[in-house]
Amino acid sequence: MKVPVSWLKDYVDIQLPIEELARLLTVSGLEVDEIHYVGWQLPAENKYGFKINGLSWDREKIIVAEIREVRPHPNADRLTLCDLYDGEQTLVVLTGAPNLHPYRGTGPLAKPLKVAYAKEGSTLYDGHAEGLVLATLKRTKIRGVDSFSMVCSEKELGLSLEHEGIILLDEDAPAGMPLADYMGDAVLDVSILPNNARNASILGVAREVAALTGQPLKKQAYELPVSGEAIAGKVAIEINDPQLNPRFTLGLIRDVQIKDSPYWVQRRLRLAGMRPISNIVDATNYTMLEIGEPLHAFDYDILKERAAGKPVRIITRAAGQGEKLTTLDNAVRVLNPSNVMVCDEKGALSMAGVMGGLQSEIHDAASAPEGATRKTTSNILLEGAAWNFINIRKTANAHNLHSEAAYRFSRGVHPALTVDGVRRGLYWMAQWSGGCVAPGLVDEYPLPPIDPLVEISERDVKRALGIDLPAAEIAALLERLEFKCTVNGQTIQVQTPAFRTDIGEGVVGVADLMEEVARLYGLDRIPETRMADPLPPQRGNPSLEREDHVRDILVGLGLQEVITHRMSAPEIENRLLPGGSSETPLEYVKLANPIAPEKRVLRRSVLASVLNVVERNARLSDALEMFEIGPVFIPQGGGLPLEPRRLAIALSGRRYSPAWDSKLGVKLDFYDLKGVIEALMQALHLNVSYAPAEHPSFHPGKCAAVLLGKTALGVFGELHPSVQENYDFSAPLAAADFDLEAVLDAMQTAFDLKSVNEFPPILEDIAVIVDEALPADRVEALIRQTGGKLLGSVRLFDVFRSEQVGAGKKSLAYALVYQSPDGTLTDKEASQVRYRIIQRLDRELGAKLRS
Amino acid sequence: MLEKLNKIEKTALESLAAVTDEAALEAWRVANIGRSSPVMNVFSQMSGLSKEERPLVGQRANQVKTALEQAFAARAEVVKNAALSKSLQEERLDVTLPGRPARRGGLHPATVTLRRMLGILAEMGFQVYTSRDVETDEMNFQALNFPPHHPAREMQDSFYIEAGERGDNPLLMRTHTSPGQIRAMREFSGANPENPPSIRIALPGMCYRYEQITARSEVQFYQIEGLAVGENITYGDLKGTLADFARRMFGEHAKVRFRASYFPFTEPSAEMDVECFVCGGKGCAVCKNSGWLEILGSGMVHPNVLQNGGYDPRRYTGFAFGMGPQRMTMLQHRMNDIRYFWGNDIRFLEQF
Repeated sequence: MKVPVSWLKDYVDIQLPIEELARLLTVSGLEVDEIHYVGWQLPAENKYGFKINGLSWDREKIIVAEIREVRPHPNADRLTLCDLYDGEQTLVVLTGAPNLHPYRGTGPLAKPLKVAYAKEGSTLYDGHAEGLVLATLKRTKIRGVDSFSMVCSEKELGLSLEHEGIILLDEDAPAGMPLADYMGDAVLDVSILPNNARNASILGVAREVAALTGQPLKKQAYELPVSGEAIAGKVAIEINDPQLNPRFTLGLIRDVQIKDSPYWVQRRLRLAGMRPISNIVDATNYTMLEIGEPLHAFDYDILKERAAGKPVRIITRAAGQGEKLTTLDNAVRVLNPSNVMVCDEKGALSMAGVMGGLQSEIHDAASAPEGATRKTTSNILLEGAAWNFINIRKTANAHNLHSEAAYRFSRGVHPALTVDGVRRGLYWMAQWSGGCVAPGLVDEYPLPPIDPLVEISERDVKRALGIDLPAAEIAALLERLEFKCTVNGQTIQVQTPAFRTDIGEGVVGVADLMEEVARLYGLDRIPETRMADPLPPQRGNPSLEREDHVRDILVGLGLQEVITHRMSAPEIENRLLPGGSSETPLEYVKLANPIAPEKRVLRRSVLASVLNVVERNARLSDALEMFEIGPVFIPQGGGLPLEPRRLAIALSGRRYSPAWDSKLGVKLDFYDLKGVIEALMQALHLNVSYAPAEHPSFHPGKCAAVLLGKTALGVFGELHPSVQENYDFSAPLAAADFDLEAVLDAMQTAFDLKSVNEFPPILEDIAVIVDEALPADRVEALIRQTGGKLLGSVRLFDVFRSEQVGAGKKSLAYALVYQSPDGTLTDKEASQVRYRIIQRLDRELGAKLRS
Repeated sequence: MLEKLNKIEKTALESLAAVTDEAALEAWRVANIGRSSPVMNVFSQMSGLSKEERPLVGQRANQVKTALEQAFAARAEVVKNAALSKSLQEERLDVTLPGRPARRGGLHPATVTLRRMLGILAEMGFQVYTSRDVETDEMNFQALNFPPHHPAREMQDSFYIEAGERGDNPLLMRTHTSPGQIRAMREFSGANPENPPSIRIALPGMCYRYEQITARSEVQFYQIEGLAVGENITYGDLKGTLADFARRMFGEHAKVRFRASYFPFTEPSAEMDVECFVCGGKGCAVCKNSGWLEILGSGMVHPNVLQNGGYDPRRYTGFAFGMGPQRMTMLQHRMNDIRYFWGNDIRFLEQF
């Protein structure tokens, strides 16, 4: 909300510099987003870092002046020469302002026109430039007439972007007064948090300022001038559902003259972000901004006409399904029973609390399009009502109608404000339009809210805030915000004032009041303490600890962790399939309101996410070795999805980074990835096996499952060539996809160490020739099994094929280490082991020793 | 003969002096102390000498042989040292040539900060409690004191899930890790409803908000919350704990300040700022000249939230706080585009 400080000063004296005021509000929960200067002197330094902008008006050079006569320019039809009195002397000022044309050549003016006058050397915004461009007034000659100063438009002074004519100030503006003193301002842009709805008005913010600075709140006293027949009996109100419409109040003003509001009103409205329309509409808006009660003005004569001689009867009710109303923005709104309408017996008049209807709006024939026949409004029925904030919120959202009224009603306006609002609105209308206010109001108030009476104690304050405050002091703090407090020993009965809707009852009310006490006492004054409460039972999170362990191992193996968006699209994940589509589409968890088509479901594959990252980086690095750990989302009908974690790994690019002396171009492949996986499994103490596997993403001959017993922990391989085609990176790409939950469940944290064997080993290499189709791990398994505890280790160091080895055959060469855990092994013992190994390989696998 | 030996010795020593490399040295050895060298030949000619001459020549021949052998050894040492210093000279590298690239793995920067913060919190007694990404409206909002259609919900625009008709309890992507507060409180109070244990937990996780992806906003982000519930916890404790945390996170001289704010699930609520660690509070581009950085939101747990978690608000109080590890990373490294995190550009990741 935009708060002009000059307006705030109507309600509270402010002695602080603007930035101090902004800081105080910010620290107390009314955050100031920006300070916009309109005339007042900008601060020399910005010590609190607020966003500060705007224009200062030089007090010497920019002043109030009066135009005493408007004369035509001898050489230009569009220009006029003004005889202007600046408080000391009379000068001639040249202007092209069209709003002076009516006065041109009419001789000395009976009522001089009050204007904002800028002398030579003033710095202003250039009225003719696009946007806001600063310019300094220089002496020049226009069409043969000297020009060194000017009368200003709103745009030139930074009041608005209006540059159609010059500003005509109110008649009482004193010529010669610095303009900054007359109407300078600074506008605070305050963000109103949901619990601060009561402060969405000048009065609300002023009340906070008063409470925070200890200044009294200056309530505006005024007499409502009444005359003529009372409103009673002329209109009746019927409320169908008090839950939706707890109160409805009407006032009447007759014989208004519709015209522009006084300039100061227009200026304040503009600074507060609203457009001035006419004195009557402005009075409703001004009152809403001033005290927080949105008002709606009806053309009383239209309502009387609709009532056809009967008293006007205002009915509030739910809209019918499909009921239509043309709102004053000239849009036809199609309504439904969740929208509340203000109606008469003939039908809908306005959307309650959101926007008025076109037909009964205030009408000014002077500004109506040509051919319109409606009479200018002269009698007004003024509505002030209370609505259910949730209902208004739903309606405003459903129709995307975020008016200032809807903004306030959808956050909660206390029903007590309707009478204040209607009275204040009538007062301003009378002031600005010359109308006569009818005595009395018609007020239906079927559902007054409960303004909670909350009991708090010194102990409550101690318990919540940790400070010792005497009851009287607590009461004094709350009274600054107009709570009524009765102190009784150490307890205080606190009556919520009838403008707040944010204070609860019981324990909630106590907490609500603690917040107010803390705010006013000053959060910074509450001392820092360390918890004296006993330390709770300590709990670990083994699942997360294990997950982190996996991360650390992979990083140790040289892999980079990535973290990706968990929202994806089926076609993105289907790139993992040959042809890029699936015959049996997966079920996805779907977003009801996706932000983009490529983020419309929750992912089911972490591997797809990682491959996207590889693709994006493919040209940026000679090798990519990446992994991601994160959840996938498996739908469970209309219930919460499963969110199992998966681990995906991808290796791509060169096995060795190119160096200036080695240009080896070997690519990372299946066996590089297998090495990573073997190292990971070893580090996790998982005794897994690897078996050929089939998976649509992987090359059928280069794909393996990682098995723990019979449980598959994951699958890995080189991408299927048809899958590879779906991506923009070069082959091969080796990737793995693990069920991380299964891995973590199986992970061994307890394992026994083997003692380090200190006895001398006997080293030997053997090479055997086997059928090409025989998996190497069967040879190794048999060697291990046969060697038993006398075989320290087995390592395959060569796989060899040649004519000599024979077609369909391969030679596998192993480095064997014979070593006994119990003593030094003799050559004879070693050769016995060797003999047994060779015999069994031959017998069981047909493996022949290669000589 | 003795004359001859003298000559052999003299000639050999003279030629040795000219030897400078291994090959010449070996040739000299063969020629001068080898099996058929002149001095060795003298030994084989001994039988032709008279009885008187024999011992004299023998003795002298031995002397010459030993002298040559010693001279050889000494020369060999010289030659070897010369060869070594020559090769050391020749093997000199250009040490400014780049090393062969080693591959370094790395954690994602978001993980790094997350761990650091969780580590500090763990040492302060707050243990990790994790919960799910997809939540019910009840857990994400209602139990946290955001009634349906409450204006506070506008502070957290949500991604909803298509899940059929669920009335006022639709599924959505959690907008904060706070539903974990309810899950934790219900879990702990469920185990002991009469006497629920006090709580100190940290809740990390990915959260989601319906926002356009720009340099300043993302659809998903990490959050860490802390929750302390007990029978004797005050707002002063909140301030003390968070000030301690800030000192651990930003250095022992870190200063903090609190600003009143609003969150539906805490009351009183406050934002905590830390004095800008880039400029030390003097004002700079990082803190936008304010000298302070907005770091976290906090407050005393709202009585309705305690109640919804199975903790009697008349008996228990508590505080909660929430912060963004990514924001911390961005501030610490003066990173100006939040999209870098999930963009995973290798040129970004490798810098950590």
